[in-house]
Amino acid sequence: MIEAVGLTKRYGAKAAVYNLSFQVRPGAVTGFLGPNGAGKSTTMRMILGLDTPTAGTVTIGGRPYRQTPNAPRQVGALLDAKAVHGGRSARNHLLSLAQLSGIPARRVDEVLGVVGLQDVARKRSKGFSLGMGQRLGIAAALLGDPQVLLFDEPVNGLDPEGILWVRNLMKQLAAEGRTVFVSSHLMSEMALTADHLIVIGRGQLLSDMSVKEFISANSADFARVRTPDTEPALREKLSSALSGAGGQVVPEPDGALRVMGLPLPQISELAHGADVRLWELSPHQASLEEAYMRMTQGAVDYRSTADQKAGLMQQPQPGFGPPPQIPEVPQQGWYAPPAPQPGANPYLGGQGPAAPPAAPPAAAAPPAAPPAAPADLTKPEDAR
Amino acid sequence: MTVASVPAVLRSEWTKIRTVSSTTWTLASAFLVTVAVSAALCALFRSTFDHLSPVERLTFDPTLASFSGMVLGQLAMVVFGVLVVGTEYSSGMIRASLAAVPQRGVFLFGKLAVATALALIVGMATSFASFFLGQALLGEHRTTIGAENVLRAVIGGGLYMGLIALFSMAVATMLRSSMLSLGILMPFFFLVSQILASVPKAKTVARYFPDQAGSRIMQVVPDALGGSRAPYGPWTGIGIMLLWVVAAIAGGALVLKRRDA
Repeated sequence: MIEAVGLTKRYGAKAAVYNLSFQVRPGAVTGFLGPNGAGKSTTMRMILGLDTPTAGTVTIGGRPYRQTPNAPRQVGALLDAKAVHGGRSARNHLLSLAQLSGIPARRVDEVLGVVGLQDVARKRSKGFSLGMGQRLGIAAALLGDPQVLLFDEPVNGLDPEGILWVRNLMKQLAAEGRTVFVSSHLMSEMALTADHLIVIGRGQLLSDMSVKEFISANSADFARVRTPDTEPALREKLSSALSGAGGQVVPEPDGALRVMGLPLPQISELAHGADVRLWELSPHQASLEEAYMRMTQGAVDYRSTADQKAGLMQQPQPGFGPPPQIPEVPQQGWYAPPAPQPGANPYLGGQGPAAPPAAPPAAAAPPAAPPAAPADLTKPEDAR
Repeated sequence: MTVASVPAVLRSEWTKIRTVSSTTWTLASAFLVTVAVSAALCALFRSTFDHLSPVERLTFDPTLASFSGMVLGQLAMVVFGVLVVGTEYSSGMIRASLAAVPQRGVFLFGKLAVATALALIVGMATSFASFFLGQALLGEHRTTIGAENVLRAVIGGGLYMGLIALFSMAVATMLRSSMLSLGILMPFFFLVSQILASVPKAKTVARYFPDQAGSRIMQVVPDALGGSRAPYGPWTGIGIMLLWVVAAIAGGALVLKRRDA
């Protein structure tokens, strides 16, 4: 069992991890999710006593790691796949680690077999691919047959077969009653592997619940409704009818409508009542990935802005705006640029349609946020 | 509370040190460069002995002459020392090591002990080989191992090389980077210290640099080759060097304990 209480790590003014409290229980795979730079690796290093927390504590089985008797036999960790001296062979690398905790050399060959590196065991690790490096790191974590295992991004660089292997290995380790703590930035991967999810963003706890709870709490159902493309007016009519009945209607780029808050039969009734024919009425579920993206949206440190190619291209009409007037051939309408319009040419008159500034919200957010972070952090904390 | 067993750390560090090729080539070049350059200079002394000034001839120190290649050979020792520690940081293995040995003092002690022992053995071999080959090439100007103070100088030469390696390891522990450590130590030992030691005013300070003080022990004739006499004896000299080494180790240990890995 890993327990963090009020864990905080500051680098200068920036808090990499802020007031993080959670528990990782034995017998389950606990996923540790967050965007890049959310503080996952920092947290893992603090668990292992490599970094000293600025405030708060983290314990494994009730003791700080550095006071755990014979720690390598209790806790195994994969922190960085390529953290190996390139000139040393895989076997010698593991042997040096095994000798530190009095593990017999026999065990080294065992774990090499477990991770499937027995054939390259005596090769220099310099030539290893990222996937082989991950396997070597996993082997190092398994050396002491520990009850608590930490893996930082173990599937990075693995091929599909390797990913499946890691997934099954995690589940198997948890089924043996061990504590398994796996970080990742891939929700889809965690949804398949983990039993429990701890989500952090900008170093703060965003969510701490089982995968089942997470799914039911975060996956919003919606219906996709499509009216005949030939009669755009019908769509407007249906849209207002659905909104009038309390549904949320969002137009999709391909001309369909995404309806939330109304059951399918009612949508059908409303359409019938409004005398609108339907080409499609289908139930959908937002994926966990979407739920995760929504949750961490405000907490992403590195976000790309749309490449506006300012001045390089003729500007299309700004934004999607109201449902684009999709002509007879829908596939084409999505990406074909509209016919040149007098006002839309950036080379004619500087005022133009002012398309490039469409991006500022995204661009302005990251720099502004860090100083404000500690102040508004109290809120999520209270809510919990 | 646990004390990671010291023998376990020693065993592991021995595995680490013997399984990388840089150990072999740095130590081999320390040996070869020292012996070869010393031999060449001894041969040169013999053939040009008659051209030396009378003072230089009177104070000629055959023992010291056979260690003249150490100025170059010690640089390979510096590289060895720096790499032993620096590659832990550059590869990131330091995290795995410190996760396995949470007692960082024990880890540092084990690493320095194994690498220094190895450097001392190679240093002794270098020193003896250098001495005997050099004497053989000096011809009638030679001395013998049984002569007064000569054995002390030869053993001191090996000690000096071991301490240079240990000093480099400690500096690399402080700086946590091979590049940075080499960038500072190489020019220091090869240029700064050597140049300052021959500038009249700076000499009085440069005498207390680790290499200048430590290399005193290899001298048998106190003011050899017309050089000025140092204000301390050979053992005091190695003591001064030892103080430098202890200070560097203390600094390294402090950095290792305090900083995040």
